[in-house]
Amino acid sequence: MTSFDVARVRADFPILDREVNGHPLVYLDSANTSHKPVQVLDVMRSYWERSNANVSRSVHTLGTESTSLYEGARAKVAAFIGAASPDEVVFTKNSSEAINLVAYSLGAGLKPGDEVVISEMEHHSNIVPWQLLCERTGATLKWFGITDDGLLDVDESLITPRTKIVSVVHMSNILGTINDVSRIVERAHEVGALVMLDCSQSVPHLPIDVATLGADLIAFTGHKMLGPTGIGVLWGRAAVLEDMPPFLGGGSMIETVTMERTTYAPPPARFEAGTPPIAEAIALGAAVDYLSALGMDAIHRHEQELTAYALKTLADLPGVRVFGPGGPEGRGGTVSFDVAGVHPHDVGQILDDLGVEVRVGHHCARPVCARFGVAAMTRASFYLYTTTDEIDALARGIEQVRKVFG
Amino acid sequence: MTDQLYQEIILDHYKHPHGRGLRSPYDGEAHHVNPTCGDEVTVRVTGDLSDISYDGLGCSISQASASVLHELLTGRTPVEAARIHDAFVELMQGRGQVQPDEDVLGDGVAFAGVARYPARVKCALLPWMAFKDAAARAGMEVSA
Repeated sequence: MTSFDVARVRADFPILDREVNGHPLVYLDSANTSHKPVQVLDVMRSYWERSNANVSRSVHTLGTESTSLYEGARAKVAAFIGAASPDEVVFTKNSSEAINLVAYSLGAGLKPGDEVVISEMEHHSNIVPWQLLCERTGATLKWFGITDDGLLDVDESLITPRTKIVSVVHMSNILGTINDVSRIVERAHEVGALVMLDCSQSVPHLPIDVATLGADLIAFTGHKMLGPTGIGVLWGRAAVLEDMPPFLGGGSMIETVTMERTTYAPPPARFEAGTPPIAEAIALGAAVDYLSALGMDAIHRHEQELTAYALKTLADLPGVRVFGPGGPEGRGGTVSFDVAGVHPHDVGQILDDLGVEVRVGHHCARPVCARFGVAAMTRASFYLYTTTDEIDALARGIEQVRKVFG
Repeated sequence: MTDQLYQEIILDHYKHPHGRGLRSPYDGEAHHVNPTCGDEVTVRVTGDLSDISYDGLGCSISQASASVLHELLTGRTPVEAARIHDAFVELMQGRGQVQPDEDVLGDGVAFAGVARYPARVKCALLPWMAFKDAAARAGMEVSA
């Protein structure tokens, strides 16, 4: 169906060979976490076996090797997102930590009367840190709504000279919507506010260039882009990171320490207190190599074809209602839906019985569910290794769901 | 395989719930939520258990479980209710190893299969935990 060689890609992912409940695994939960190719697993294993040492502090050979691999991974990630320099890339534990880092660090300067703007479309990780910040500082939280079509309802008047930070999702983890953030960025910069984007779902699936996006900070996580868990990224424009006070204190983030006071290292070290997830960062570098070799444009095209196929397949099933944009344009390969009269937990259970792994529940985006008047949704999400056959298996599974609950 | 989970009895209670809807008067009420899936149930009890009413939002397992609870516990003495409550909790936490006693659990035995699905045990227990809290607020002691 496409020049993209899915069979060749799948051969790199050992887990795709396994069976679940007597059926071939049909993994449609990549928005939750992606699988890992042997190229990433091998790098992680060989790091532990060959180079393991702490970074940024040893003069010995292993320490130097580890440091160079760790910093090499930073440079790979920087190039992958078009950062001006590797120093703009801060390694964190995950996206949540990256967002919390900004909320604590940048947010420390906020006071009553200041405003933070988010949206109803956010994952809880881009809601709760800002609620906590507003509770700590007395600042006010505001948010954009969602249209019936599942688009961000951008009311620019929400961004005022009182606005200090605007933090919105780039691609929705539940509706699949890819938000055009240009107006938000423009308006925020007009009033002197900074813009943060939650790119957890976009960086793994779309070609991303931070210069084109225009935001000041972005967060994403390694495990959704073929890397391991425990490694995430905060990217910030150099001048923005430079002005930010530390978040966590400890080893590696200092310049000099006396008993009276401490001066801090420049970014990114300033924000990487303690021994970092070294092997995980290096493996993320390998994941970036893997994605780059295939090309993010090609991956995105493949996923758009899958999305179009899935939207059409689901539309043909009686009693199935899809949430979010109706066509593949302006949306990624994450499709949430409702099966009339059947709770998503029951949908997910029957699908699992057939080896089809989807996510069910509120997807850590409860306000989105509330916006569409449901307590929960069933979500199928695709990646570079997903095939149209797997979408057919999903459709057959939904037929079975309707049979059991009919 | 899900035949064990989705027993006819469970699907029947789900599609045709018994005693559903919140009623007054009542002496104790509790609202419980499963934060991982958003399932909710509210249970109301009268002090003498002459009425147990409930309302909820959730999957077939949690909603059928509330219907079975209503049927099993309404009109019981607190001691009987506690015994049935304990037996149901034991069944659910038994990882599929507990043989349910139909004389005690009635339609509740249909939930034996649920105990083999750790992710769903919480669904089945949701109304029972809410009942326990509601009963305590009505001045009753239900163990487990």
